Formats: sequence, C-alpha cells, structure tokens
Amino acid sequence: MPDPVIKVENLGKRYHVGHQTSSQERYTALRDVLARNAKEFVRKTKDIIQGKQVIQGDEIEDFWALKNVTFEVNPGEVIGIIGRNGAGKSTLLKVLSRITEPSEGRITIQGRVASLLEVGTGFHPELTGRENIFLNGAILGMSRAEIRKKFDEIVAFAEVEKFLDTPVKRYSSGMYVRLAFAVAAHLEPEILVVDEVLAVGDAAFQKKCLGKMKDVAGHGRTVLFVSHNMSAVQSLCESAIFLNNGSVEALGKPEELINRYLGSFETAQTAKDYRGTGANGDSIAVLLEASLLDHRGETTLALDFYEGGILEVTYQILKRGYLPVPNIHFFNQKGDYVMVIGEDKRNLSGEEGIYKSTIKIPGHFLNAGQYTLGLAISTIEPEIIHFYDREGLVFNVFENMEKRDSDYRNEIPGVVRPKFHSKTIRVC
Amino acid sequence: MNLLVIEPGRAEKNYWRDLWHYRELFQVLAWRDLSVRYKQTVIGVLWALIRPVLTMVVFTIIFGKLAKMPSPLGTPYPLLVFAGMLPWQFFSTALGDASNSLIGNANLISKVYFPRLIVPLATIAVAFVDFLICFSIMILLMVWYQFSLGWQVLLLPGFLALALGACIGPALWITALNVKYRDFRYIIPFLTQFGLYVSPVGFSSSIVPEQWRLLYSINPMVGVIDGFRWCLLGGDCAIYWPGFACSLVVTVFFLWLGIRQFRKMEKSFADLI
Repeated sequence: MPDPVIKVENLGKRYHVGHQTSSQERYTALRDVLARNAKEFVRKTKDIIQGKQVIQGDEIEDFWALKNVTFEVNPGEVIGIIGRNGAGKSTLLKVLSRITEPSEGRITIQGRVASLLEVGTGFHPELTGRENIFLNGAILGMSRAEIRKKFDEIVAFAEVEKFLDTPVKRYSSGMYVRLAFAVAAHLEPEILVVDEVLAVGDAAFQKKCLGKMKDVAGHGRTVLFVSHNMSAVQSLCESAIFLNNGSVEALGKPEELINRYLGSFETAQTAKDYRGTGANGDSIAVLLEASLLDHRGETTLALDFYEGGILEVTYQILKRGYLPVPNIHFFNQKGDYVMVIGEDKRNLSGEEGIYKSTIKIPGHFLNAGQYTLGLAISTIEPEIIHFYDREGLVFNVFENMEKRDSDYRNEIPGVVRPKFHSKTIRVC
Repeated sequence: MNLLVIEPGRAEKNYWRDLWHYRELFQVLAWRDLSVRYKQTVIGVLWALIRPVLTMVVFTIIFGKLAKMPSPLGTPYPLLVFAGMLPWQFFSTALGDASNSLIGNANLISKVYFPRLIVPLATIAVAFVDFLICFSIMILLMVWYQFSLGWQVLLLPGFLALALGACIGPALWITALNVKYRDFRYIIPFLTQFGLYVSPVGFSSSIVPEQWRLLYSINPMVGVIDGFRWCLLGGDCAIYWPGFACSLVVTVFFLWLGIRQFRKMEKSFADLI
C-alpha cells in the first residue's frame, strides 16, 4: 500500500454566527435599547482592538462547518465527495486548497494541488481570449512557459480559434465557459480539486469535460471531485466520501454512498415495522411490516431507474369472512397521485394467518425522483378500510446516466418513463 | 515531492518562498490592471500625466504666485512642486488602489489560493509604472528650465526605494483592515486629500520653523519628498538629516506593522470577503 497523498486528521472549521435575541422580547424600552447598543458598541470596540472578527447581533454562536473529518486519499485515486447543501463539501475543498484555514486538525498533502472551484476565475471581460488564457492560467498556478506549450491544445479544446483576439465580453456564454474549462483542464498538478464545474455548458460539452476528467484520472493523478451530479460521480470515481452536517457519514464505493445520499433527502424510509404500534389495523386485519428492496432483493434507500425493485408487505388476517387486500398508493414529490397497485384477489384466500405479498416494480418505469407510498389494507366487498398509512414508505429512484441510451444528459420530465416499442423505416 | 501541512495557526515557513514562486502571477496581475486601464480609457497613458501636470500648475499659481512662498535659492517653482508631486502622487495612488485591491479581486480570493500579498503589491507596481511615466515630464521640465543635475541624482534609486517602502507599509496595513472594516474605504480619500496639504508638496519644507521640523518629519512622506528634491534639484534644497532619519524610522515601523497585520489577517480573508 503506497503512502496516502492526502491525509486529513480530525479536521474542523468553525465560523462565528451572530444572533439577534432582542426581537424575542415583547416590547422594548428606550432605556433597554440604549443600554444594549452601548454594550454592543463596547464589545465591538474590544473586538477591533483585539483584532477579532466583528459580528452583528447580541449573541455569538459557534457553527462548525466541518467537524472531526478524517480520511485518506491514495495516489491516483479519484474520490467523489457527496452530500446535501450545507454538508460542508465546499468548505472542505476550500480548506484543502488553502483558501481558508482550518480551526483544528491537520492535513498533510504530498504534491502540488490545483483547485478548480469555479470555471473562469479571474477572467477579465475587457481582455481578449488569448490574454485571458494567460491570466487564468497564471491564477490557477501554471507558469507562462507551461501555458505557451499548451496554448494550441487549449484553444482547440475550447473551439474558439476564430475569436482569440476578441475581448471575452463579446463571447457567448457557451464560448466563455468552454474557454474557461479548457484552461483548467490543461492544468497538470499531482492533485486536482474540482467543484461542480460540470454543471455548465451544453450536453455535448459536458460529455467532453467528463471525458477529459476521465483522462486526467487515467494519468494517475489524484482527483477530488464534488458534485451533485450522481451519474458523473458514479462514472468518474472509484470511491466516495459522504458528508453530512460537517462530518464524514460514510466512506466507500460510490454506488452504495449514492444510495445513502439519495436516501438522506427528507426521511427516506424504505422499511417500516408496524408490530406493536397499537394502531396498525382493526379487528379484522393488521399490517405488520412493509419494506422496499432493490432488484437483487437487498434493502435499499433508492432504486435504480433501469432495474426497478421489489415491495414486500406483510400483514395478518385476524378474522375470516372478509377478503382484505393489500394496496399501495404511489405519490410523487409534488403529491400527485401516480397510481394504486394491489394484489390480485384470486391469489388470496381470506383465511386467518400471516401473509406476505411481494410486488415487483419493473425497471424503466418510474421516472427518477422521490416517491411516497401510502400503505393500505382494505376489503372491497363490503368496503372496509382496515388500515391506511398515507406516509408509509419514502424512497428515491435515481438514474445512472451511463446506462442511458441517448446522448441527452439532462433530466427527462414525467412521472413515468416506460420503454415503448418503436421503429423507423425510410419511406421515401 | 514537496510536503504540505495545513494546520490552524501554523506560520507557514515557506511563505516567502511561496511568494517568490508566485512571482509570475504578480506580473500577470500588474499587467492585467495596466492593460485594462489603457484599454478602457480613451486617452490611456495621457491620463497618468494630466493629473499631476494640472495639479502642478495650480500649485505653482497658488503657492508660488499668490501666496508667494519662497523657493530655495531661486529654483523655478514648477520644478520644486513637480519634484514633490512625483512621490506624493505615487504614494496616494498606491494607497488608494491597494486598499481596494482585495475587495476588487474578491472572486479570486475566495476561489484560489496564492499569497494574498501579491494583490496589493501588484497594484502598487501599477502605480509605480504611472510614476515612471510622470517622471518623463520631470525630465522635460528640467530640460526646459535648463537645470543641470548634481551628483546627488545618483542617490535617487535609494529614495525611490524609500518611497516604495513608505507606501507599501501603510498600504498593506489599510488593505488588510479594509477587508474587515469597510469603513476604511471612506477614510482613505480623505487621508490622501489631507496629506497633500500637510506634506511639503506645494511648498518647500524649509519654511517649517526649525523647532517643529523634527515633529513634522514624523510624516514619512516628508523625508521622501525632501530626498527627491535634494536628488533632482541639488544642494539648494538641502536635506534635513535628523528629520530624514525620523521619516526612515517611521517608514520601517509602518512596513513592519503593515506586513504583520497583513500576515495575521491573510488567512481569514476568504471568510470575510
């Protein structure tokens, strides 16, 4: 095992945030206002003299954007950092690229780090494309000789040969982004730190960027990659770090972490045990358990769009003479009623006992997104609803772009996305 | 392979080496500011000349003609004013531009690492280029008045260095503070305006009463301006050495203060900006 190129130990980053407590009082007297302002003034003056940060508000609270973050990165590894907004991803990159200082902990890095937190950092609209290549290159840490050597390559990659001597303020936004990414893509540090840059440009250019990133990774360079684009993370990274509330929630293979990440939205719940809750049915039938499994039959928080999954519902019939049927109500994130599925009554006997219904959700059917399942047990004739939980299970469907058969890389709208048979013949 | 350790409060031992390593960025930033300025303004280079020349004309009329301030041993008054105007203009432009430089480059500061010292230093370099352009006017004026240079002109580079030092110190100090307390941006124009009349730009410092001269020299620009006059205009503008020493000490103090303050606050710039 080679020595890690990046070693992060107990890293923490603290920010001070101010709160205004005064607004919570019901009324204010002038006396209080004056006293408070005087106190605040004294505090701020003290802060200035001591060289501390001045914060608005009466109460100062520490906020840890990162806390106890520990991980290692091996040479040549491509690591994806995923997490929800505010999980500390950007702060981590900023600390790693030395833009801001950590409050505690230690990072050891071997080799030159280049960070790419934004495309076109420092681009000046008045300068020409050629001048901006040199400017941006220098800002990203390239020497002039290095830029000169790669100049033609950069220009060709950006496809802006004709506009090299035009000020970039006259560029279209597409050209601008292409040029910016082209410069960054030709950086050759040992360690590259990248933040969300793939979220720009048209689909074709995104594909090109992705290809370039793979290239970079293929040359044995270490890449740290932050993105909300799960398919990009999945296709680029060998391993991933899942950040949550400033700490490392999990380390491991991207596929597993992506599931957890997608499941972390709201309260994704793909297994629920109703036994002993006391409110899981009536004297005729009770719901015991419901769970969602992936297509291999393993527990999961999210389903692959192309694979689908399996829904298992366990229930008990306490009194014969009725025909309780489990039925599942699908709602999408907006709350639209997607569909209801139930068991075929011919498969059911209505005898007392514990039953488990297994329902397969086909692949290539439910579009990517979040779904809530309402779980019900009901008898049709006479109509009795034994039990209904509108917020039964919550799960996500995600799409692995690698498996998509079109070049279109953006989100495809719609609740369902079945695959229809189609063909085209030449008629003329 | 170079090993980098990032820890809170770690005074980076290789800071100055890093600064050297990033010297190309310094050049590029200075070049960017220069070329953008000359692209955006119609009259370009002329702009660097018009301001000091007009001020010189006004000062010559007001101080020389109307107030009838004495000029040592008949040195032409325009020469006297312009020799003082050169370092002063450099100082005030550098101070003003540098103090806003970090805020103006906020997008760089928050997205890329480099020694932050480069940003204000690059703006000071731009001000220095303006200074050199102005210097050509001084040469023209001297030719016009057929003023011959003495041996002291050889010491001019030394005073140039002093001028640089006198402006880098306060500039760094104010630049660092300006990131945190934006009020400073309002103080600087006032300060440079005020300083123009307090410093011996429109008059010779020899008119200051003898017992006040040492106190007067606390203003580091007094030493610089006097030095310039002495180098360019010769022995008639004799330098007041105790005052010069005082200016030197103040300059060195500000240089130390500025760099210290800047280094101390540098690490939190990205969080504050």
